[in-house]
Formats: sequence, C-alpha cells, structure tokens
Amino acid sequence: MSRPEIRVRALHKSFGADEVLRGIDLEVGRGEVVCVIGPSGSGKSTLLRCVNLLEEPTRGQVFVGDAELTDPDVDIDAVRRRIGMVFQQFNLFPHLTVAENLTLPQRRVLRRDKAEAARVAARNLARVGLSEKADAYPAALSGGQQQRVAIARALAMGPEVMLFDEPTSALDPELVGDVLAVMRMLADEGMTMMVVTHEMTFAREVADRVVFMDGGVIVEDGTPDQVIGAPRHARTRHFLSRLLDPATAAVRKEPPDRVGHGD
Amino acid sequence: MTGPEHTDVTPRRKGLTRRQRRGLARGTQYAVFAAAVTALAVAADWGRLRNQFAQADIARQMFPDVITLALKNTVLYTLSGFVFGLVLGMVIALMRLSSVGPYRWLASVYIEIFRGLPALLIFIFVGVAVPLAFPGTEIPGGTYGKVALALGLVSAAYMAETIRAGIQAVPKGQLEAARSLGFSPARAMVSVIVPQAFRIILPPLTNELVLLFKDSSLVLFLGVTLQERELSKLGRDLASQTANSTPILVAGLCYLLVTVPLSLVVRRMESKAQEAVR
Repeated sequence: MSRPEIRVRALHKSFGADEVLRGIDLEVGRGEVVCVIGPSGSGKSTLLRCVNLLEEPTRGQVFVGDAELTDPDVDIDAVRRRIGMVFQQFNLFPHLTVAENLTLPQRRVLRRDKAEAARVAARNLARVGLSEKADAYPAALSGGQQQRVAIARALAMGPEVMLFDEPTSALDPELVGDVLAVMRMLADEGMTMMVVTHEMTFAREVADRVVFMDGGVIVEDGTPDQVIGAPRHARTRHFLSRLLDPATAAVRKEPPDRVGHGD
Repeated sequence: MTGPEHTDVTPRRKGLTRRQRRGLARGTQYAVFAAAVTALAVAADWGRLRNQFAQADIARQMFPDVITLALKNTVLYTLSGFVFGLVLGMVIALMRLSSVGPYRWLASVYIEIFRGLPALLIFIFVGVAVPLAFPGTEIPGGTYGKVALALGLVSAAYMAETIRAGIQAVPKGQLEAARSLGFSPARAMVSVIVPQAFRIILPPLTNELVLLFKDSSLVLFLGVTLQERELSKLGRDLASQTANSTPILVAGLCYLLVTVPLSLVVRRMESKAQEAVR
C-alpha cells in the first residue's frame, strides 16, 4: 500500500443515544479499491458519509489526502472538491439536462469557463458511454443511466477519491452491470475508491480489500479471498451465507451486537 | 363469468336495483338545480337589474379609459406589489429556515402579524403611519411605491410560507449531492434548491398573483389622482357620476378578463405537475 489517501482514526458517530459507529480505524491507500460490506444497520453507509463529512463524526478523525476533515477550521468545500460521491438514489439535479448536471458544478464551484466545462463534461459522459444523452433530462433516463451520469458528474470535478454509497442498490437487476462496468473501469485506471456494496462478485473481482462491518465496528479487513473466500469470524460467515443464498435463511434470532439503525 | 348456479344464489334486494338507485340520485340532483335556476329567474327583477347594471351607452363611454388607464394601473400595482412581495417573501422564507434563532423568530412574528391583519388595515397603515413615522421622507415611486409597499408587505407573509414549503419539498439528497460536489450552503441554495422549489410552488405563487390583483382595489384608501385610478376606483367614480352601476359591472368583467385565464393556467400547471410525478 502506498501512502494512505483516506485515513480514519477512532471514529465514533451517534445519532442521539444510538451509537452507529463505535471506533473505526481504516486506511485506504492511493489507487486502492476498498469494498465495505455488512448487514443493514451495521454503520457502513454512515462511515462512508463521515469520510466527506456529510455526517459529522461525534469523535475521531478523518483525513483525506493531507487535509483533516474533522478539523473545525478546514475549508470543507475545498476538500469535498477532491472527493467524489455517488449516492444510492443518484441525486441528479432534475431541473437540468444531463450536460448541465455536469457543467453547473464545474462552473459554480471550480469557476471553469463555459467551453472548458463543456469539454470536460463531454469527455466524462463519453467515459460512461452516455454521450448521446447529453441533452436529455434525468427523468428520461433509466436508473442505470442516471447512476452513470452521477458518476460522470463526480468525475468531472477531477476528484482524487471516489466514494460509492450502495450505487447499484436502487437499480433493476438488469441495469446493475453497466454501472459496475464503469466502476471497474475507474478501478483499472487507478482511482482510489471506497465502495459500500452488496455486490459480492464485484467486491471479489475488483476490490483490493474487503472490509466487513457489523454493529458499528470493523469485524474483518483483508483481501477479498480472505474476507469473502475464507471468513474467520462467525458473523462474517453468517452474513455471507444469508447474502449468497437468501432462500435458505430460516426465521431466526437477530445476530448478536446488531445496532438497529437504518443506513 | 360464473356459472348459472352462482346467479341463483346472488342475494337480490327487494326494491330498487343499484342501477335504478343511481339514476334516481342523479335525477334528483338535476331537478334541484333546475328548480333553483328557475326560482332565481322568476324571483329577480331582471328589468331593473338591466337598467341599473347594463346600460350599453354608459358602458361604451368607459372605453378606452377603463382599459388604457384603469386596467393598466391595476396590472402595474399588482406586478409591483408582487415583485416586492416575492423578494421580501424570499428573504423571510430563508430567515425562517435559518440556523440563527433570532432570524427565525423575527420571520415567524412577521408572518403571523401580516397574515393575521386585513389587507385594508395595512393600506391605511402605509398611507397614514409611514408618513407620520418618517416625516419629510417620501416613499419612492409615489402612489406606485406605496401600493407596492402595502401589497408587498401583505403578500410577502403568504409567499414566505409558500417558498419555505417549496424549499422543504426539495428532496434532502439534492442538497447532499450539491454539498458533496463542493457547493457552499448558500451556493447550493441558489443554484440547486431554489430553482427546484420554484417549479414546485409555481401554481400557489400564481394563485397569490390572482389574490393580489383583487387586493389592488384597496389602493383607493391611499387616495389617488385621476391618472392613478385603477379598476375599482374608476368603476365607483363613474358609477356615482352617472348614477348608474354599469361601470361596476364593466370593471368587474375587466378583473375576470385577467383572473380567469390566470386560474386556468394554474389548473393546467397543476395537472401537468400531477402527470410529471416521478
């Protein structure tokens, strides 16, 4: 691992009395792809949202590059420009066309001129294979296309790190592949990526590391072969068996240590 | 279709069938309507009404002033009040959503006061209290400025609540997406949230415009020159000059000329918004 691009130290996050993250330590090296897996309510989305401070940590530190996001004096808008984020619900701006979705943030945030913003937008739309949709409105696109536009929008800002929050969970199954293909391309190009996902095949093939979270802590952290192929912890095995073959799951008691917070 | 044995066991109520009852209900409603119209037609003294309200030559004398002067002034008063109210309403809506407590309280107090007072009192207040409070100063724009101020003060309270609701109706993910791209809170509000909020609140804002159009008649409590008269004032003046109420009817029709199309536009926007639900 080269020098860490993302560093999380002793991170705690509570929503009221509900402690969702209970001390997370994690490093993501430059160019590394880390998939975060775990049952719903395990805190994995909250962890990801803490990395660009969409959620404010209760305790602990988050570094991206050489900036400490948890420093109260940090220029958070400047740091966020280096961090692309892709949401489960796409969150494209519905009142703008696809091209405008890509150019508006460049113009308003990076102050790029019109021609430059348009050129960067066109290049990134081409990367996700949607050049022909530039003038369409998001509502006219399929979920998979919207998510690829959302990825292109984040890429147009020239981020050093990309965060993906269950990017395929809101998609119809037949549309998942196109989005994963784009993410795979990014990984191959050396983008530093942190991906919260339930796509085990993607995690196995693309991730350098897989992190299994449960109950607000990291239970297991290792290569895909270690964590998915030969999990050491019972909780990991339990989760994976439920995920890989949900039909065999019987009605049973909740796994221990679960925090009941939806993420 | 089920077999014949099923029809045999279908419980048949005695008396009217469903179809007969529906027919009866509808027939009753038409009958009541017809009776009401007939009663009105018979009871009212149409001859006298026509004499008092529909004198063609009096109506003809009103043109072109009623359009070129009165309707024009009504539109100008309304628009200036609307623009002022929209700007003020936007500010108050943002204050209502502010994280700074005193801003929120101030906005709430403003909204409660100006929604709770009759527009007429606000006009009198602007006409009397403002010159008293600031002697020597003139509200810029003369009567137009005063009307814009009075109408704006009233409508800002309503529009602030509408705008606030619109801003809150924009999904939370939109702000998160903007922030994650590096927008500051203020820039995200201006570039992403407010444009979407206005799309949502276009119908209620247009309704507010219709209300203001009618409220502009209150300008007569400010005292206006002949050239500044709007529809209601002109109608009343001419009615007393001619000792006939035809000008009132004509002025009324002029209001409808604007308000009915506007209402239709609102209805179209609403049904379009319903279709576009995604």
